[in-house]
Amino acid sequence: MTEPTMLSKEVQILESTAPGATKRPRGGALSLSPWADYAFRRAGGVLLSVVLLVVVTFFMVPLIPGDPAVAVAGADATTEQIEAIRNSLGLNDPLYVQFISYVGGLFTGDLGESFAYSTSVSQIIATKLPFTAELAVLGIILVLLVSVPAGMLVGILTRGGRKKWLDVSFGMLTGFFQAVPQYVVSTMLVVVFAIILKVLPAAGAASLSALILPVIGLSIAPICSIARVVRRETSTVLEQDYLRTARGWRLPSVRLYARHALPNLLTTALTLAGLILAGMLGGAIIVENVFNWPGLGREIVTAIVNKDYPVIQGIILVLGFLAIVLNLLVDVILGLIDPRTLGGKSNG
Amino acid sequence: MAEIARPRRRFRWTTGLIVGIVMMSIMVLTAILAPMFLTEAAEKLTPQASQGPSPEHWLGTDDFGRDVLARSLVATRLTLLMTAATTAIAVVAGIAIGTAVWLAPRRIRAAVLRVIEAAVAYPSLIFSLLIAAILGQGTWSAVLAISIASIPAFARLTANMAASISQRNYVSTARLLGVSGPHIITRHLLPNMAEPLLVLTATVFATTLIDLSSLSFIGLGVQNPEYDFGRLLNEGLVNIYSQPLQAVMPSIMITITGLSAMLIGDGLAAATDPRGGRKFGSLRKASEVPASLRADAEALVEVDNLTVTTPSGLPLVKGVSLSIHAGEVVGLVGESGSGKSLTAMSIAGLLPEELGVSAKTMRLGELNLLKKNNPRELATSIGLVYQDPGTSFNPALRIGSQLTEVSRVHLGQSRGTAFGRMIKALADIRITQPEKRMKQHPHELSGGMLQRAMIASTLVTDPRLIIADEPTTALDVTVQADVLRQFRTINREMGTAMLFISHDIGVVQALCDKVIVMNGGKILERLTGEELAAGKVKHPYTKALLAATPSIAERKAELVTVSAKDFALDEVFDDDPATGGHVTTSRTVEETAK
Repeated sequence: MTEPTMLSKEVQILESTAPGATKRPRGGALSLSPWADYAFRRAGGVLLSVVLLVVVTFFMVPLIPGDPAVAVAGADATTEQIEAIRNSLGLNDPLYVQFISYVGGLFTGDLGESFAYSTSVSQIIATKLPFTAELAVLGIILVLLVSVPAGMLVGILTRGGRKKWLDVSFGMLTGFFQAVPQYVVSTMLVVVFAIILKVLPAAGAASLSALILPVIGLSIAPICSIARVVRRETSTVLEQDYLRTARGWRLPSVRLYARHALPNLLTTALTLAGLILAGMLGGAIIVENVFNWPGLGREIVTAIVNKDYPVIQGIILVLGFLAIVLNLLVDVILGLIDPRTLGGKSNG
Repeated sequence: MAEIARPRRRFRWTTGLIVGIVMMSIMVLTAILAPMFLTEAAEKLTPQASQGPSPEHWLGTDDFGRDVLARSLVATRLTLLMTAATTAIAVVAGIAIGTAVWLAPRRIRAAVLRVIEAAVAYPSLIFSLLIAAILGQGTWSAVLAISIASIPAFARLTANMAASISQRNYVSTARLLGVSGPHIITRHLLPNMAEPLLVLTATVFATTLIDLSSLSFIGLGVQNPEYDFGRLLNEGLVNIYSQPLQAVMPSIMITITGLSAMLIGDGLAAATDPRGGRKFGSLRKASEVPASLRADAEALVEVDNLTVTTPSGLPLVKGVSLSIHAGEVVGLVGESGSGKSLTAMSIAGLLPEELGVSAKTMRLGELNLLKKNNPRELATSIGLVYQDPGTSFNPALRIGSQLTEVSRVHLGQSRGTAFGRMIKALADIRITQPEKRMKQHPHELSGGMLQRAMIASTLVTDPRLIIADEPTTALDVTVQADVLRQFRTINREMGTAMLFISHDIGVVQALCDKVIVMNGGKILERLTGEELAAGKVKHPYTKALLAATPSIAERKAELVTVSAKDFALDEVFDDDPATGGHVTTSRTVEETAK
């Protein structure tokens, strides 16, 4: 890769997260299989990320101004009542004591008790996460199903500077949908499909059809950004020597593109999709707000308003942990598609 | 293609870039002018609340009787200022971290990169939500929150670019010479990253705009009485059913701003992309230029008066005629840019499509290569071997499935049959553990092994012609000998005709029955293998090529450098019977050019 091909933020993110880009094989490790080496190399990174996540969230969250005890006790509570609540919540213990007991709890899956409701944080997350996950998983499936074929098709049709009009209109269209904020798109979807056409429910998570609008609202911008990346990668792959080799075999177009070009695009598309899925799990806040969807995003906004530290910490931890796991999962899938990404011998 | 003399990279104005800049200029003008004239209409509370459109209020009024249109226009200033500030903080901090990390000691660098990597994986909206909550609600805390959340991604990208640049020789040299760290950053790293960073900045501007407005939308950003687009949409979308027009203007404004930033980013990327801006010429066609007698109707391959031109009409191959008889190995020699690869790829039908090809005749047996042919026939008749086995194999696919592609697609063989035959073919050329090789990926094999496997795979379809385009150039000298031996064996045992392209006259001499010397898109001289071996060459260019070839026997000879400018290249030692003599001028070339 030469530098002029590194052109957009998306591609940049991809190229930087492409496994093997920054990691160098550790010399001297006895090599059982590429996978064993790989697992060994990754384990340390994953562990470090988790530790970092726990420490940062624990110490950042209490920086939110305002006294959670006041929030729990209510505006007209007396100073004694508030002090009693502070004691019972453990807020008067030194910070390191609170940290140790929190970390201790983590090992047993205990994320603490919500200040605002008398339920455990894990309970709250367990009821809210499925709603968010449902949106995010369906969203990413939709994103991949639409953006990869669309991006490839445009990349093939405009290869080497052909069909300028298509290139321009594709750029305009995808740019437009990336520029419209998610909450505007979502509101427009509600207005058109729920209010005017009355074909889909406007809000809530009562039925399966209630999923359609939030999923679309969540997916439109990522579809555009991945489609752009896939398009750009397609035009790069189509100029590679190995594609000339495949052309020399005079393969039918479908086989040429699906078998010989697609696997080389997937590395980029999937790396980005992993980041976007992690972002969707956390970033569904907006869509959940518009559609009144009972997921984690709305819960964390409520928790921030209520100064409900354990809930905020719990949600941040769970989302961060999911992001780390997803990253790892994407890398493993990439390793299966293209073993070079496991690092080691070839680095480009 | 290396053959095309490309002018230095020029800035190309694309439609998108111009549209983006115009739209952004309008937004900036609005941001400057609107607050000067419209602030009163936008902020004065009047009793005419929640009204529809009227001549005084084109888009109606909001809940407090303020003019919706005026508010949308005035909000442009705060929105643009916030977005610009956020982008500036994220970009400056990101670049600082991303470049400084490359000057830090190795361990610190690794640790910082890890932290950045972990931060990038984290959903940035949640991160900015948390920061906004800590800093309190308000305009500038929103700016800080979004910019802090955007720093890791930008730092990551900068670090990556800096990584590739800091490994270049001039940076290492500067370090060895004791140039200070900050100086290396400002003198070497930043200038070389300027273009992609500019593009990135435009993209970050667009995403930041949306992130900021999202924060305002959920109530954690700009607070009353201030207002940006996000704040207006927060109010407007609540009233979407009673006052739909209230949300329309801010939506349009924010979309235009975001879109213009994206178009500028795209446009800058395209403007500086050296691959862009190509034009397309015609495809293959038959030319009406009279046949040269050089071509031979009896031959297996007949190319008569081939020209290849760029879309702008610049001729790259200027009237080349050659023929290859069954069982014959023809070598095509010349330096880079002589047109030899273009000639070969024209015959193979694999030229980049923007190049125009014309010839009086171009055929293989009875296949007219100027027309579209049955893919099966082409694939099985012409075997192709390329220069660099490291790039001509698909890195993502296993060797076996690549080598058997033609057998399975065009000969209808089952996977088992095709694999069996290929394994046997590999064993025949003494590649060890052929079964295992078939299951490996290209990066696991050496270049020589890949190249020999590629050659072997071209034979399973029993082609009539093998075109080998510099097949030994990318290989070690010892491996080159193996590959040449393999070609010679194929020719001796199977009698396959070959077109062998090389810049190395020594390699060609060892293998070919006939040798064609090309330069500047023209044939300078035709020789037989014996003539070449005996040194009976006439053209000074060929002599120079020969002299420049280091040979162990002639070690004492002084090294000659070849420059085409030293020779009168119009003087062609092409003993074409049509002219009956040694020297012809480039008559056909000129005619073709017209």
